[in-house]
Amino acid sequence: MDIASLILAGKRRILPGFGLTLGFTLLYLSLVVLIPLSATFAKASGMGWPAFAKAVTAPRVLASFQLSFLTALYAAAINAVMGVIVAWSLVRYRFPGGRVLDAIVDLPFALPTAVAGIALTALYSVNGWLGHPIFAATGIKVAYTQLGILVALIFVGLPFVVRTVQPVLEDLDLEYEEASASLGASRWQTIRRVVWPELMPPALTGFALAFARAVGEYGSVVFIAGNMPMKTEIVPLLIVTKLEQYDYRGATAIAVVMLILSFLLLLLINLLQRWSTFSRAR
Amino acid sequence: MNAGTIATIPKGRPTVRDPKFFRWSAILVTAAFLLLFLLMPLFTVFYEALSQGLLTCARAFQDPAGLAAIKLTLLVAAISVPCNLVFGVAAAWAVAKFSFPGKSILVSLIDLPFAVSPVIAGLIYVLIFGARGWLGPVLETYNIKIIFAVPGIVLATIFVTFPFVARELIPLMQAQGTEEEEAALSLGANGWQTFWRVTLPNVRWGLLYGIILCNARAMGEFGAVSVVSGHIRGLTNTIPLHVEILYNEYDFVAAFAIASLLALLALATLLIKSLVEWRMRVQEERSSQSSVAFV
Repeated sequence: MDIASLILAGKRRILPGFGLTLGFTLLYLSLVVLIPLSATFAKASGMGWPAFAKAVTAPRVLASFQLSFLTALYAAAINAVMGVIVAWSLVRYRFPGGRVLDAIVDLPFALPTAVAGIALTALYSVNGWLGHPIFAATGIKVAYTQLGILVALIFVGLPFVVRTVQPVLEDLDLEYEEASASLGASRWQTIRRVVWPELMPPALTGFALAFARAVGEYGSVVFIAGNMPMKTEIVPLLIVTKLEQYDYRGATAIAVVMLILSFLLLLLINLLQRWSTFSRAR
Repeated sequence: MNAGTIATIPKGRPTVRDPKFFRWSAILVTAAFLLLFLLMPLFTVFYEALSQGLLTCARAFQDPAGLAAIKLTLLVAAISVPCNLVFGVAAAWAVAKFSFPGKSILVSLIDLPFAVSPVIAGLIYVLIFGARGWLGPVLETYNIKIIFAVPGIVLATIFVTFPFVARELIPLMQAQGTEEEEAALSLGANGWQTFWRVTLPNVRWGLLYGIILCNARAMGEFGAVSVVSGHIRGLTNTIPLHVEILYNEYDFVAAFAIASLLALLALATLLIKSLVEWRMRVQEERSSQSSVAFV
């Protein structure tokens, strides 16, 4: 997009620096993000459709796609339910330690994924504090199975639903619930008919954000997954494996499928957010 | 609603109070979930690091490869965070203070790196600068190494931390509008003076918040850096990569000792974040009070 035409398109601007800042923004964005990303698509289009289709439909690739998508979906669903409960408790109830728990919710954003990965593996391995009692009681192994991947993905996606639902819940005026109660609704009816319609859009946004993050997650998963081809090999790991074998085309083909999915998710998230602000403004 | 109706509702608003059973089970579920998934992993890092005593833990920091990793991580953060800081401020100024066609698309594009898997963030630079990449032959003739060297690590880190400062500043500066800047300009200040004395003080807490989040991610990034680093011990290993190597060599104490450094960084980040949020609330209350007094 041409900066000069952008400036001419708008009305006369009073504040200075529009051309400079927008120009720098577009240049930096193009150099760091857009041009490198388009390199992936250029590389993939250079390999031709049959080779591309063959690369992304190999049994090992399909197995990893299925594993990554399903596990990310489960993790995001669990986070959606738990996130609404956590946000509700943190906003509506005062209890000892509540402020500390509120601050710690952001831990997955601040703690490096590799650190989370080794900590969760130590915790959930058969000798670990949590892995041992689970194995002794049920015979189920958590680390080095799909369950371990699920645990890691719940960890990385945990803050998204809480942090999208929380501000909406804080802004929600108690008067609506009081009005509902005064008109004879039970507490349960009020929550279902008055509160829930307000919470659903942000909960869905958080769900989509957690899913997008979980599908691409690498650092926390590789330690706990066991990384067995066809069984516990996630898509990002398969891309790394192919790169290490100098199979650049194979890696790029898988990456393009992932990128297209990411763009679609980003679009969905934007639509959800617009719906969320629209229903709140109404 | 008139004042009388509010007064008739006794303190504690019993009509919107949840049943005791419901309340306590929600709190219990919340505490158990956060304890299990957040506090226990965090505690494990420190516990494992100190499991063989403080001396064994301290020995991990005498390893020259470990020290080199710490130095490299500091260097990478020292380059990538300022780059994204300048970008974030410029982008926020353009987006928040002006209207132009395609603005919402631009804002979405700024968020794009968050939606991309870190592994793909590394891959895209390998495809461009790698030995078999687009610019590979050119770089080879001039003997410039980007992939499997420090510049590649910096680039990958810049990519994954790209949106942090911008997305903190944009909503904040949008909410503040342009009136104060216009007033400063009409009183004779130039553009830079307006920015340094009016805009920056208004957004300083949000800016600090963006910087610490950006820094935490820059120092802790694993996937993207892992793809472009080449894992050369003492040369291209950042702290997270060094942790991985130690862990895979079954040197668990050293791995968790170095990891506890990153966990401390995460705790410091959360602490600063809480302080910043508190400061922002104070500032908000003050500005709403002063605007009421003004009216």
